[in-house]
Amino acid sequence: MSKRVSLFVTCIVDQVFPHVGLAIADVLEGLGYQVEFPQSQTCCGQPAFNSGFWEDAKGVARHFLDTFEGSDYIVAASGSCTAMCGHHFADLFSGDAAMLERVHRLEARVFEFSRFLLEVAKVEDLGARFEHTVTYHDSCHALRELGIKAGPRRLLSKVKGLTLKEMDIAEECCGFGGTFSVKFPDVSGGMAKTKVDSIVKTGATHVVSIDSSCLMQLQGTILRAGLPLKTMHLAEVLASK
Amino acid sequence: MNPIPVEAIQKAVGDARLQTAIYSSTARLIDKRRNAVDPFGWDEFQELRSQANAVKKHAIENLDHYLELLEKNVTARGGKVIWCRTASEAVQFITGLAKEKGVRRIVKSKSMTTEEIDLNEHLEREQIDVVETDLGEYILQLAKEKPYHIVAPALHKTRYDVADLFSDKLAVDREEDIERQTQIARRVLREKFLTADLGITGANFLIADSGAVVLVENEGNARLSSSAPRIQIAVAGFEKIIPRAQDLATFLKILGRSATGQPLTVYTSFLSGPRRPGEIDGPEEFYLVLVDNGRSKLLADENKRQSLYCIRCGACLNHCPVYRKIGGHNYPWVYSGPIGAIISPQFHGLTRDPWLPYASSLCGACAEVCPVKIDIPKVLLELRAGITQAKQREGAGAWERRGFRLFSFVMQRPRLYEFATTMASAFFPGERGKWLRTLPAILQLPPLRGWLSQRDLPPPAEESFRAQWRNRQRMRGRA
Repeated sequence: MSKRVSLFVTCIVDQVFPHVGLAIADVLEGLGYQVEFPQSQTCCGQPAFNSGFWEDAKGVARHFLDTFEGSDYIVAASGSCTAMCGHHFADLFSGDAAMLERVHRLEARVFEFSRFLLEVAKVEDLGARFEHTVTYHDSCHALRELGIKAGPRRLLSKVKGLTLKEMDIAEECCGFGGTFSVKFPDVSGGMAKTKVDSIVKTGATHVVSIDSSCLMQLQGTILRAGLPLKTMHLAEVLASK
Repeated sequence: MNPIPVEAIQKAVGDARLQTAIYSSTARLIDKRRNAVDPFGWDEFQELRSQANAVKKHAIENLDHYLELLEKNVTARGGKVIWCRTASEAVQFITGLAKEKGVRRIVKSKSMTTEEIDLNEHLEREQIDVVETDLGEYILQLAKEKPYHIVAPALHKTRYDVADLFSDKLAVDREEDIERQTQIARRVLREKFLTADLGITGANFLIADSGAVVLVENEGNARLSSSAPRIQIAVAGFEKIIPRAQDLATFLKILGRSATGQPLTVYTSFLSGPRRPGEIDGPEEFYLVLVDNGRSKLLADENKRQSLYCIRCGACLNHCPVYRKIGGHNYPWVYSGPIGAIISPQFHGLTRDPWLPYASSLCGACAEVCPVKIDIPKVLLELRAGITQAKQREGAGAWERRGFRLFSFVMQRPRLYEFATTMASAFFPGERGKWLRTLPAILQLPPLRGWLSQRDLPPPAEESFRAQWRNRQRMRGRA
């Protein structure tokens, strides 16, 4: 079995949260994987796809396919971006048999980070220590398009010193939704406040997720409200010693 | 092209009392649904959803056959089927019949299709007294409002609102107790039932092989509306068709559970034509008004046709975080929530309210609960793709289009991407690592302004991941 993985850090991690990408690399290298970062990677094209600009999204998707053509495993730092290449590339190229063949080959190789740990590396305990009370935010695309629900919680349950307190509405959207957050700022902001209220009620000091975009939305809202909460990507928790 | 109703949305989101009313009512419906679905076990309920989806798919794809069969069977039972291509054809038939038959009072039970064709307004214009008999609809009729929700039309009204309304409109003492409020409405409505000449209902299902109209309800008002008056009209969109009576069991199991968390609603009525010789009650005349009003346009598109599978349970509204913030009246048509967001543009054309399919974070909560498995987010995405093309044809939305063309151009060129992002990062104001609360006016472009109106903004990292990664590999090479 190949021990070579290619990181897809996503554009938001590349530009805003680089430490998340480094944490993922650390965890994977700690498991003996040879981690590569294909330098020509940019974005999965989801912003254009979700906004209805499918031709523009196709160009980006083609570039993505070219970039990761030779990779054995692609580990992505986001559930949402994984769903984009793992599910929606097929929507983009529906009717184009040649492209669909490439897309289906990609689908079998691309994994969201927590799923890769559990299903490919087959580890639950990464020897991490994080002495805080955390709550887990289910990001919508990971939950509903990838079916990721128990996995990240199982990984968190093995972290020494960590207490997991569930929210009453862990599965409710944080309100980010890409361009939705700026097209409908009042609605998006209202959704974030509802979510943050639920986080506060748990008494957790940290909210953990596998999508940095949700965490950006939540952290921005938390800071605006002047709350002492922190947001963390799962990889950062698992890389803590 | 109507713009986003920004002010109305802000007003709804900022109204604490309204927010509590919407949030608590929908939360209650969510809980009730969960409690009704859980005993089934995940797999069995999924199986029911798949069955329902398969039946609807089959019915919609063989619509011509089943509608003809329905007409044949309704006619054989002594009823009449009236085919209406447009809303005005339906309205004209109903008002015409009412006038011809000397109808002075009509009792109506809850029907979204009659809301869709603005039937009440037209009947009132003809000086006919038309009374809504579903409690929620009656409240809204008194308040002169459209339904806020497909199933719970007065969901946004608290009992205090109703107390004010009843004392104002019905000349009764102010009463805040819900049970007593119900008694007041019941007293008024009983008299209307007994003196009405015509009863109008909707239809939850139209059964092709038996020619029956099925009504599902809890208050008994649909049963009374369809049995007390001498003339009976059922108004239905043609997509309510199901092929066989035996298919009904699947739908009854999922509809009550999805809508109100009930294993079965209190009343399930079957209307099958007028009173037959020897029967002592039932209407003397029975009409089924089948409405197209744009539905046949939806049949053409293979991916979006599933929008017609909807059985109007309202579960997608209850679970939609956007509906729960903006409420039912900010949607441009009587159908609100996720289902409204996918059917309204298909009925009215993509460019009438081009913002509507974008009013979703694509969270997928709607599709997760839809009892007939309509892939609402997928239809939203398809509609968005259609809207960008329609806007381009009409010469609108140029800035956004240019923006995404630039996005696509840059994202296919890694060096340009790195150069552009490094430049943006270098010139980005503020302290590294410290989130921004505001930006200089020149940078307050719509996307950033929208973001900052609600939350703080993270600045770009001092060094991107790729730059840090190169350093890391270089250091390792040296070590």
